[in-house]
Amino acid sequence: MSVIKISVEEAVDWKCLPCNEELVPVTVELAYLDSLFNVELPTCPKCGMVFIPESLATGKMYNVEHMLEDK
Amino acid sequence: MEQAELRELESRCIQDETPQCIAACPLHVDAKTFCALMGQRRVDKAWTILAKTLPLPGVLARICDAPCKEACIRKDAGGAIEMGCLERFCAENAKAVAPPRPLPSRRKRVTVVGAGLTGLCAAWEMTRRGFDVTLYCQSFDCARAALSERGVSAELLDKEIASLVTMGAHLMPDTEISSDLVESLMEDCDAMFIDSDDVSSEVADFGQPDGLTLGTQRAGVFTCRRDESSPVFQAAAGRRAANSIERYTQGVSMVLKRELEGPYKSRLFTSLADVESAPPVSCEAGYSEVEAKNEAKRCIQCECMECVKVCEYLHHFKGYPKVYARQIYNNESIVMGTRQANTMINSCMMCGLCETVCPEDFDMGEVCLQARRTMIEKGTMPQSAHEFALRDMAFANGEKSALARHAPGVQASEYVFFPGCQLTASGPDSVEAAYADLRKRLSDVGLMLRCCGAPAHWAGREALMEEAMGELRETWQGLGSPKIIVACPTCLKTLRAGLPEAEIVSHWSILRALGPAECASKAGGIMAINDPCAARHNAMLQEDVRALLDGVGVEVVEPEFSGDRAKCCGYGGLLSEANPSLAESLAEKRALAAEEDFVTYCVMCRDMIAKTGKKALHLYDLLYPAETRGADRPSPGYSLRRENRARLKERLLTDLWHEEGGSAEPFEAIQVRFSDLAAENMEQRRILVSDVQKVLLHARDTGNMFVNKENGHLLSYVRPVVVTYWVEFEREGEAFLVHNVWSHRMHIMGGRK
Ligand code: SF4
Ligand code: SF4
Ligand code: SF4
Ligand SMILES: [Zn+2]
Repeated sequence: MSVIKISVEEAVDWKCLPCNEELVPVTVELAYLDSLFNVELPTCPKCGMVFIPESLATGKMYNVEHMLEDK
Repeated sequence: MEQAELRELESRCIQDETPQCIAACPLHVDAKTFCALMGQRRVDKAWTILAKTLPLPGVLARICDAPCKEACIRKDAGGAIEMGCLERFCAENAKAVAPPRPLPSRRKRVTVVGAGLTGLCAAWEMTRRGFDVTLYCQSFDCARAALSERGVSAELLDKEIASLVTMGAHLMPDTEISSDLVESLMEDCDAMFIDSDDVSSEVADFGQPDGLTLGTQRAGVFTCRRDESSPVFQAAAGRRAANSIERYTQGVSMVLKRELEGPYKSRLFTSLADVESAPPVSCEAGYSEVEAKNEAKRCIQCECMECVKVCEYLHHFKGYPKVYARQIYNNESIVMGTRQANTMINSCMMCGLCETVCPEDFDMGEVCLQARRTMIEKGTMPQSAHEFALRDMAFANGEKSALARHAPGVQASEYVFFPGCQLTASGPDSVEAAYADLRKRLSDVGLMLRCCGAPAHWAGREALMEEAMGELRETWQGLGSPKIIVACPTCLKTLRAGLPEAEIVSHWSILRALGPAECASKAGGIMAINDPCAARHNAMLQEDVRALLDGVGVEVVEPEFSGDRAKCCGYGGLLSEANPSLAESLAEKRALAAEEDFVTYCVMCRDMIAKTGKKALHLYDLLYPAETRGADRPSPGYSLRRENRARLKERLLTDLWHEEGGSAEPFEAIQVRFSDLAAENMEQRRILVSDVQKVLLHARDTGNMFVNKENGHLLSYVRPVVVTYWVEFEREGEAFLVHNVWSHRMHIMGGRK
């Protein structure tokens, strides 16, 4: 499913503090209720910490959560 | 919901019942739609409404004696709608329409003998339905006379007779009608109708027909009564005969389910409360187009909608309870796909106003409560709908806030004060003052701080509700089952239902008996009273409060929706959790209900109204005043509410019982400040200070965070249970300044290696 997409710009200002690495797009798995999604999200290439920007959390993600809750 | 329940609910809501005029019309002409169209000057379209239902429309529309007027609801607000005059205007001014196209042939032959209005109408009705109709008569004089008697040109009849032929009827005028002819025709057809107005009893006498079927002793022969002079009732008799002949030729019951064929009284209720009286437009000289429009506009377009008129929730979802019941039923039957009614079900405030105003006592709140319980049972309740409120309830009943003690220094309680979790959250010092006053003026008053369980009830969580009530009962029994003094109207209602064995009295009744405390405000003034919906059926409570206000010199203004017609502030039923924007608009409407500042005795009402910027007091603010609790104080946010409860418990424990408070969790030591944006987002996104502290603690201890290359802000996240919280912050020495917060419920799988 490609319901969730984010633009790279939202993450360009951020980097991983402990690893001192720029974030790169990596496919990660998001889960909610009984659904799994593969989403490309900015991630630290070294430690794998995933970045979820505000706009995604309160926009697309929020909508999908609500949609799934009504399924 | 079982199908039988749906049926029961659907039949209870009478909104779809027929307006009285249509029910009273012997032919059931849709006068309501007709008036609506005439009111918009859509005369041609209005005519199609008449032509659809009336036989020989060009004739009947001009001579109908309008018995519907007797039943018109407008009758009691100036006068009934002049349907007769309107129909006549329409007949004279509308573009003619083609006669109706008959149904496919039934291959049944029907003979009509006699061509009075009844015979012609019967022929019209049966031809329409696909019967093979042959009409025998000596002349059309009888029907012509009916027109000229009413001052209408008799030529109009010829046009409708021509239409009848166009539709396929065979006319045999100039026939000498004799007994022999009638007998021989009978041999030759499947059924016969004899118009007794046009056929003398010497020729054909089958006696008076049966009132319901118009049948005679002779099988297959139908006739009309001889004494009917009203044209529309004559036409109705023609239709009744057609209905009977249809049943007869199909071999089905002649009598079952015929109650609504003739005029009847509809169950529809229509209120005239907001209708201004206006007399009919006189039509002695016939109507001009403007006059016809004005008269049609007097039609109030009868419907019920009593509940929808007063409930913004019902209004918001654009239907009415009958429709909603069906939607809820469908929602429950969905196996795969989107349950579109979830939000609707979770948006009812369960305030009971609908039941109060509904002529049939339809309680939408009860329907929604059952629907929520079913959702819980089936596991289809959206997780996010009530979770925050239930967590808050758990907090109020948890170690940090809950408390039960006998009064300091005594070992038994005659009373126990139960202020409720929202009062302690919003005005902890007023609770403290109230408790001190009770101890001073009554003996042995213990204290119970906890939640009554209403959120679990509203959320449809019966098991959780029972569990909470069970704990409450045990705690209360532990104090020796004292009389419970309750301040919050919702607690009062909930405890009376859940703890029937307890003696429960409202704090307001006690204060009314004792008189206000010495410290009570002397400011007086005029205030608008806001009855909370939980007090709807508690007249004594409403009275006590008014007496107390009188006692402190406050003059009370009653807004339109008061007492048993009180409106919910938007908190009830957890609306503000499940549908915050609707709750907000509701609170705003509530706030606009009076010019004066409000005074109320439900602290959620107080806070909901205050959130809109309107000044509001809780009655405690007058009885136990404090400078910090003015009518313009803001509603405390979610975090502060929790903190207030926890602090109150701590303070009371130390001051009254000289006990230590509980131990603090490590995250509570995190010192934090918030930017305005962060504070606003926390409130809106239901993120608590404690959630933020948990993230910051995690960030500090693990060092896992992102850093912003531009401004140096740090960002970290943590998922304590099901929600992941993100906090953007900077460090201020040991403390933290939070710039923004957000959250999501989706879970990041994998993640950090
Ligand atoms: S007011 Fe209009 S809708 Fe109501 S009964 Fe009269 S004609 Fe019918
Ligand atoms: S219970 Fe209250 S909120 Fe719910 S439908 Fe009835 S009036 Fe509206
Ligand atoms: S008040 Fe509401 S629920 Fe009751 S009959 Fe009228 S429309 Fe239906
Ligand atoms: Zn890293």
